[in-house]
Amino acid sequence: MTTDTKQKNDLDKNCLDKTHLDDSGDWTFDKLEQYHQVIKEVAQEYRLDTYPNQIEVITSEQMMDAYSSVGMPVGYNHWSYGKKFIQTQQNYQRGQMGLAYEIVINSNPCIAYLMEENTMTMQALVIAHACYGHNSFFKNNYLFTTWTDADSIIDYLLFAKKFISSCEEKYGIDLVEDTLDSCHALMNLGVDRYKRPSKISMHKEHQRQKDREEYLQSQVNDLWRTVPKRKADEQLLKDRYPKDPQENILYFIEKNAPLLESWQREIIRIVRKISQYFYPQKQTQVMNEGWATFWHYTILNTLYDRGDVSDKFMLEFLHQHTNVIYQPPYNSDYYSGINPYALGFSMFCDIRRICEHPTAEDRQWFPDIAGSNWLDTLHFACKNFKDESFISQFLSPHLIREMKLFSITDDSKLSHIDVSAIHNEQGYLAVRETLSKQYNLSNIEPNIQVYDVRVDGDRSLTLRYYPQQGVPLAGSAEEVIKHVHRLWGFTVRIEQKNSDDSIELLQCCPDKAANLNE
Amino acid sequence: MANFIDRRLNGKNKSSVNRQRFIRRYNKQIKQAVADAVSKRSVTDVTSGESISIPTKDLNEPFFHQGQGGVRERVLPGNDQFQTGDQIPKPPGGQGSGAGDGDASDSGEGNDEFQFQISKDEYLDLLFEDLELPNLQKNKINDIVEQKIVRSGFSTVGLPNNINVVRSLKKSLARRIALSGSERREIRALEERLSQLNALQEPPQAEIDSLEQAIALLKKQIRRIPFIDDFDLMFNNFSKQDMPSSRAVMFCLMDVSGSMDQVTKDIAKRFYVLLYLFLSRRYKTIEVVYIRHHTQAKEVDEHEFFYSQETGGTIVSSALKLMSDIQRKRYPQDQWNIYAAQASDGDNWADDTPLCAQLLQQQILPFTRHYSYIEITNRAHQSLWQQYQNLAATHPQFAIKHIKSVADIYPVFRELFQKQLA
Repeated sequence: MTTDTKQKNDLDKNCLDKTHLDDSGDWTFDKLEQYHQVIKEVAQEYRLDTYPNQIEVITSEQMMDAYSSVGMPVGYNHWSYGKKFIQTQQNYQRGQMGLAYEIVINSNPCIAYLMEENTMTMQALVIAHACYGHNSFFKNNYLFTTWTDADSIIDYLLFAKKFISSCEEKYGIDLVEDTLDSCHALMNLGVDRYKRPSKISMHKEHQRQKDREEYLQSQVNDLWRTVPKRKADEQLLKDRYPKDPQENILYFIEKNAPLLESWQREIIRIVRKISQYFYPQKQTQVMNEGWATFWHYTILNTLYDRGDVSDKFMLEFLHQHTNVIYQPPYNSDYYSGINPYALGFSMFCDIRRICEHPTAEDRQWFPDIAGSNWLDTLHFACKNFKDESFISQFLSPHLIREMKLFSITDDSKLSHIDVSAIHNEQGYLAVRETLSKQYNLSNIEPNIQVYDVRVDGDRSLTLRYYPQQGVPLAGSAEEVIKHVHRLWGFTVRIEQKNSDDSIELLQCCPDKAANLNE
Repeated sequence: MANFIDRRLNGKNKSSVNRQRFIRRYNKQIKQAVADAVSKRSVTDVTSGESISIPTKDLNEPFFHQGQGGVRERVLPGNDQFQTGDQIPKPPGGQGSGAGDGDASDSGEGNDEFQFQISKDEYLDLLFEDLELPNLQKNKINDIVEQKIVRSGFSTVGLPNNINVVRSLKKSLARRIALSGSERREIRALEERLSQLNALQEPPQAEIDSLEQAIALLKKQIRRIPFIDDFDLMFNNFSKQDMPSSRAVMFCLMDVSGSMDQVTKDIAKRFYVLLYLFLSRRYKTIEVVYIRHHTQAKEVDEHEFFYSQETGGTIVSSALKLMSDIQRKRYPQDQWNIYAAQASDGDNWADDTPLCAQLLQQQILPFTRHYSYIEITNRAHQSLWQQYQNLAATHPQFAIKHIKSVADIYPVFRELFQKQLA
């Protein structure tokens, strides 16, 4: 109690004297607390609405553990995480990669890991970046609020871990591992892209799991009923099942695969849920990182303006910040795609510029926001967009010029690549549209849907691939289809619908059934 | 409110289960890699782990993704030369469209080997998995016993240096209390009487005196009970227990005649190292005796054994004789587990061969747990191999194997110590 007040007094005194916070030596928990306090004050002035923060200091080894479990603090056991861990460890030990300064988890309270090795400046940067940037994004962006439940994710992961280890005890590690392997292969196709979820509080999951088990099993059996049918029914059976193609393949398998045990269905559900939990993060990479970067930059600069931090602190911070937002040009050796930090940060800065100092061009392109309150506009952008829509809404000609963006068209049939648009009057819209599409997951991930199940015949499952602009499915499909077969239990086919509406069989598992069918 | 938590003291091996899972899953590939690695490994290196590589294609986690081809549009930063409508010729080979970023590769780029370290224990476990020392169960347990002295309670007789002071004094105290019981009871009665008399207004001095005398007498009697007596003494007791011996001696016999070149010796050395490692997992102490021979045998140290050059003919029996002598003098078979490995290129002076067989049969094989003979040669077998073959047929603890190249060592070793099915 007394030490608390004493610290606060010290702090007040610091502010009064306009002497900056201690930036000497290594960080300590006291210093962390002091920096956090001032960062928090500034963040609140900027109306950053966050979950409570839980800041955990960890070592580099623990960071590697966190890496291999996609940052989740609890996870079920699977060999692929071991592989990931070994890879990370090898790369780190050989100096081929550095570890991230932080990992932040979309949970309530929001858990942020800070690395022990960071300097005091880095810790402050990370606190501003993760605990106020990412945190507020998690709490406010519509994708996260719709699709994830920050209150219960940790509980759910714990439930998943326990459930899977109890399955391992009952049915053996190998069997569980096989099921998990197959689920992981389909993980990307285990999300609802278009449907809105009905809100279920996740801690009810556990109680409902048993009921679900029995119920599901009875449903499935009904589907495969062999009782003879009347003529009228036969007509019905000519219709496809499912009536409309299904995008969530894992969900479809969980509900309809004839031979799965109820625990296997639960495992599919777990993988599906976790995949769905991460889906918003995939769709908001640019926004999320841009938002967090914008805020660490803005918050720390505000601190500097108020005299809370020293020049030395600022120089180190700017050095790190510049590294983070560096965008190598297309012809650089370091180029590996567009840096989401750079693009996101530039866009948020640009929105602020458009609000505060709009040019004639801005007024023409962004009549709604030019000259408006920048903080309102930024919060609006954070809440209501994902990468794709954010770019198509807010990428300005000014920024296109600044980044010298240009778009190319690569048609595999031609021997050359076309430059379709550059940063000029005619090109702005095209560049913006192309870049936006580049972040549309349905363009990047293959569009594969459950097309048909022969309910009355050999129970075979047909998946259909709809190519985007003639991009074929990669060769890995042959392996993946084996996993689908393992879950489904009967023949699985994947076919492709070409642009001329012809259907082409891509793969079939088991193989020989392909011939029998034709 | 921020909540700072110091997690640095928490365990850092959260991933160890997953790592074990990984090793478990790729056991077969890893074992193969270990088998490959053992032939490349420096033979003197017995304490480090091993770096294992597995072809990356084996550990892919496949998922559906888009392949090459079709029409792709992409936005790139940093335009320094292009105008709308420019055509950039594709590099020959078709791939590498524009500035990379092509096919989504799901695991490291260009690395076709997945490499990682396993610890020494993991390495040895994998190396010697499914192997066991042959013929061990056929011998009676008292064949390989040594005696160990263990504590076994207390006894009333023993040597003075084994006296257990605490127990002895406890007994002495008990005896003294027991023997002085009646005297102390009397003293208590007399003292009570004394205090009654003293409390009177006119204490009868004569009676008091006599009482005091009686008390003094009784106290003197109590004091006369000896403080410690012979039968108070307790001694720590020790007894001898039979323990299975955990000592082994390994005889390395090698032909160093002119026909054995350095490559052949190196192969032999690798075999010895494997055997040594294997034994060291079963026995606490292992001694190694190096015997090299040409026409004469000599016990030498490790360096000389492997590296010194000799020339001359070959008389194998000289080494066997020396081994038998050393064994009898220094390693009695009731205390030591005796192992021997003999490496040779198969050359021997023809007249000596029957003698070797005889020596082995009569003087060596009865006492050894295992005797392996490896012949490292690319030529046809000679008389020694044939003689040994006959012996091997009748003696299960005797094994002969043929090694042609370095790569054969580990498989041959595994064959020798393959766990026999019951």
